[in-house]
Order: sequence, then C-alpha cells, then structure tokens
Amino acid sequence: MKFWREPLDVDQIKVTQGVVTVLEERCKGCEFCISYCSRGVLVMSQKFNRKGYHFPEVIEPKLCVNCHFCEVICPEFAIFSQEAPEAANPGASAGQGD
Amino acid sequence: MSAQQATLPQAEHPQDALLRTERIPHIWCAGCGIGIAFGSLMSAITKSEIPRDDFAVVSGIGCTGRLAGYIHLDSFHTTHGRAIAFATGLKLARPQGKVIVASGDGDLLAIGGNHFIHAARRNMDMTVICVNNFNYGMTGGQLAPSTPYGAKTTTTPQGSPDEPFNFCSLAASCGATYVARWTALHIRRLTTAIAEALNKKGFSFVEVIAPCPTAFGRRNKIRRSLDLLKLYYDNSVVKNHIAPGEATIDFDNNLVVGKFVDVERPTFLDHYAAINRGEVEAWPATGVDASAAGKRKAG
Repeated sequence: MKFWREPLDVDQIKVTQGVVTVLEERCKGCEFCISYCSRGVLVMSQKFNRKGYHFPEVIEPKLCVNCHFCEVICPEFAIFSQEAPEAANPGASAGQGD
Repeated sequence: MSAQQATLPQAEHPQDALLRTERIPHIWCAGCGIGIAFGSLMSAITKSEIPRDDFAVVSGIGCTGRLAGYIHLDSFHTTHGRAIAFATGLKLARPQGKVIVASGDGDLLAIGGNHFIHAARRNMDMTVICVNNFNYGMTGGQLAPSTPYGAKTTTTPQGSPDEPFNFCSLAASCGATYVARWTALHIRRLTTAIAEALNKKGFSFVEVIAPCPTAFGRRNKIRRSLDLLKLYYDNSVVKNHIAPGEATIDFDNNLVVGKFVDVERPTFLDHYAAINRGEVEAWPATGVDASAAGKRKAG
C-alpha cells in the first residue's frame, strides 16, 4: 500500500490476518466475492459442487486481511472470514503486501 | 488446511443464527441481488441488539417475497400486494414490536401501491425494504412500474414505453419519515441505512437497487450479474438530503443514491391514542360562529 505521507505509527500497526472459509455446497458461482476481493485472495475453482456450480477457492490465504467483504457480498451465505488464531499468525506486521 | 481450521473459533456462517439453514440454498438465481439485501437486513437486525422476539418480518409475493421463509424470526408470507396491510394489523395488535416489510417492487408498489401510499400517509410505524430489480422477475420478467424507459422486458420486446415510478419520491411525498436508496453494492451503507430505518419511529422506506440477471439482464443483453451490479454502482451518485423528486434513476451517470428524508412526525398510533384519550380538540379548531350561520340561513 502506498501512502502520501508515511503514518507515524506505521511500525506499530498490526495488519489482521483473516482465514476465509467457503461453504462449497451453498455456492452458485456468481463470482461476486472473487471480483470484489480487494486483495485477490480468491479464484474460481475448476471443481464443481453437487449442484454443478464452480465455487471460489482460496489461492492467497496470506493476503486476506479479514475485511469481511466477501461475507457481506455473498448472496448465498456461502463464504465468510474470521480472524486467524494468534499461533497461525506470527508474521503479521506493518508493511505487508505490495 | 484442516488442521488450521480446527483451531478456528467457528465453522458456521455468522448469519446462520438468523437463517433457516434447512432451507438454504435459497431459490434465488445465481447472482441475484436479493441475497445481498437479505444479508444486509440480517446484519442490521443483529447490530440493532433488539431482542429477536420483538421482530416480525412480513413479505408478499415474488422473488423477494420468499425472504420471509428464510429468516429465522416470526415471519409471514402474505397474499400478493397485501404485505403492508398485514403488517399494519400486526403493528396495531402488538405495538411494542418491530415490523419489517421486505418485498419487491412489483408486490409493494404495483399491486400493493395503494397500501403503500396510505401506510406512508398515516405514518404507520414500520420499516419497508423494497428490493427493486426493475421487472417482475418470478413470473418471467414482465414490465413493472419501475422498468426504465426503453428497457426490454417479456411484455415490451421493443422497449418499455412508460416512464418509471420514482419510489423514493413517492414515499417522501406521501409522508414517510425515513427514505433512502442504495444499490446492492453499497453494502455497508445499505446496512447502516436499514439499521437507521429500524430505529426510526414511523414509516421508513429503504429501496435497494438489485441486479436481476435472469429476467431483466438477459433481455437487455447484460447477462452477467457482475456487469449489472457494476452498471448500477458505477453510474450511482451519492447525494444525501436532496429533494427526493430530484433523486432520479438515470443509468447514464446519474443514478442518485443516498438518504433523502430523515424527519420526525407523529405516527398513526400516537394520533390514535390521542383521539381515544379525548385530547384532540373538536374540528375545526377555530369553531363555528353559530349566529353567523343562522343569519346566512335566514337570508
């Protein structure tokens, strides 16, 4: 992320790490979550679910910042994110990402 | 991945608490905007921290009308167009509860148009959420009062010859106390608007502009729901507190969204209680001059 002015407390800010869960059987493949994920975490899977739809797949789990946008935009209630447990999240710090 | 998931606090969707999960997946098409509006409504209900027992959700017929069947609250699926009439009765019978009417444009403002304007006139204390997808989606995409001029539907294959309704302007002119319009992609603002509408005393109206790829988009050569969602969002302009009459739905860069009305007005129940207590003066308030009336009669 680029700032027009470097925040003074940039070294203290912790970027939250999220974990995305996809409930594959509920998905109808509308691609809303994939298109509107601001971090590019998701991609369309090649696999089908029981109803014959492709569903999203997490390809960049480290980039997720737990913004919950996939969760609120999903019309099928098929995807949600939650904060990663501390143990699985040791390297989360400022300046992560591009 | 599975080992990591085991350490996570939950494996259930956060909205599952308010969903009748045994009925999910719902009947709405892939990419339908109703699901987003429904999710916003559930988020707003959760955020409001009002006890669940105090809510009642009423819906009519149509795609959005199915919403009442999926929410795990007291809910009613009423006859076509009569959602507001039913909700009025519900509110009068149990005035302490919160009544939410969630229905589509065809149900609320085509067949149910008169119920809508009179509920707004009386300022019935309810929250009305109208999911506007610009056509009658469930019956095959016929012309609706909201269909934009020139848009193709099943019954207008050459394009709609009618001027569409401006629902927000109608609600405001009939006396609604809260009027807002957002597209389905303004999710956070929509959730805030619904939460505000829930807390508002009086007739509060939230219009959600939602994509309908199957019936509306397909006939207008926008088959992907994503493109419809983007079309509505990219042409939207946020203008809060402008005159609702100027809040046009113009798909050429001027689809006005925002909160248009937020006023206080006594509700029907306030007036009704005042009448029953005998606190209202005889009409007309200035009284009638009996001697003058007698003279006119004599002359």
